Amino acid sequence: MGQKTALYQQHLDMGGKIVDFSGWDMPLHYGSQKEEHLQVRASAGMFDVSHMTVVDVKGGDAKDYLRHLLANDVGRLNTSGKALYTGMLNEDGGVVDDLIVYAMGTPGSAGEWFRLVVNCGTRKKDLDWMDKHAARFEVAMTERPEMALVAVQGPQAIDKVGAVLADNQKSALAGLTVFHGAPAGEWFLARTGYTGEDGLEIMLPEADVSKFWQDLSAVGVKPCGLGARDTLRLEAGMNLYGSDMDERVSPLAANMGWSVAWEPEDRDFIGRKALEQQRLKGCPEKLVGLVLKERGVLRAHQKVIIEGVGEGEITSGSFAPSLGHSVALARVPAATATSAEVEMRGKRIKVSVVKPCFVRQGKQVFA
Amino acid sequence: MSNIPAELKYVSSHEWIRVEGEGVVTIGITDHAQDQLGDVVFVELPEVGSSFALSDDMGVVESVKAASDLYAPLSGEVIEVNEELEDSPEQVNSDPYGDGWFVKLKLEDESELDGLLDAAAYGELCESEE
Repeated sequence: MGQKTALYQQHLDMGGKIVDFSGWDMPLHYGSQKEEHLQVRASAGMFDVSHMTVVDVKGGDAKDYLRHLLANDVGRLNTSGKALYTGMLNEDGGVVDDLIVYAMGTPGSAGEWFRLVVNCGTRKKDLDWMDKHAARFEVAMTERPEMALVAVQGPQAIDKVGAVLADNQKSALAGLTVFHGAPAGEWFLARTGYTGEDGLEIMLPEADVSKFWQDLSAVGVKPCGLGARDTLRLEAGMNLYGSDMDERVSPLAANMGWSVAWEPEDRDFIGRKALEQQRLKGCPEKLVGLVLKERGVLRAHQKVIIEGVGEGEITSGSFAPSLGHSVALARVPAATATSAEVEMRGKRIKVSVVKPCFVRQGKQVFA
Repeated sequence: MSNIPAELKYVSSHEWIRVEGEGVVTIGITDHAQDQLGDVVFVELPEVGSSFALSDDMGVVESVKAASDLYAPLSGEVIEVNEELEDSPEQVNSDPYGDGWFVKLKLEDESELDGLLDAAAYGELCESEE
């Protein structure tokens, strides 16, 4: 038996098919992964992501510490609640984990602090890494396992959440811009997500989460499992740690170059030296999107052949329910091309090569 | 608990077999199999007229989650395939023993039928895999 979130009984009651996910008993789907996926694109779905690890970083050196620890620059977080996507790199420039940081308190003031949400599968490794590099800083890190985390995603997500919030929480939601969060009592509402749709990720005390889940269900928000979460993020071209990148992969080879803050030049973040050398020489690989319009499903680890250029590998692949055909993320030689072949079940199948993003806000985004 | 109709025969690779008479059988995948696969999105079926030996690959079932081979549970020649699955593969999930059927085979050797599992034996197999 694995660990259970505060919503475990709700998942059983709603017909969730429970699977092991990094030691947690989590719902894969509640009947149909495909329908849950389409529900999020069309209206709103809710995901229990309480298995993810929330860490609060406080103390006089919190900002300096995170500016050293993370490849993106928390110094850019100049308003309260602003969020930042970043890699946490090792000295070789490999990705230890990817995470979201929220600026908390009042940026620039003595009371400023940061909230990090890291992956569940890498929890122990991340915490050890963060501790190891905290030695020379005055920081206090507190894990928040007592917080539940619910993602409500889809074009109607914000309206639906608004309909079930208490009056004093609604003011936190009003005026919440994309990629910002705001506290509401013990809750924290953030306009972030992992689906390519508008929506919220909401941290709240475990004691409140069952009622919140049921209230959302009552206004028509459908529960969605980890299966739909994966196909939604793939369509949105968002990386999955452990599949699309890991400690052996540079952010420059994982479509994360945009999240590396090179300026200011004197900011000494872990992995900087290695990345600068890669940048100078040119990163030999890149992450691209593959599209297969015909029958068949692209899957992780299938070989990608680009004639005259070289070979690569699919890092994530699936049927894309919003598109009705398969798409994949693949790491290939940086020269790439507009088409490639994928080895599928002993046959070579032609695919087109596009930017690694397929669907945003319910719309196809590749040509 | 998955649905295992008593009147059908089964093999351990999770295909079901309905004996139609005159050496003809209908084949599909079981409720247990479709449940394990999740949403089926493509089905690749053999050509009518092609022949298969026992346990040959005769097609592929692709779900959102995984690809799975369809094995010939008996030796014989394909006399009909369920063309509706091309446009409506979800029938495999919604009606695995009805509209979700895959192929009809004309058997080469009807004595192979003796090697199939009955519903009780197949039910035990599924439970042991849970």
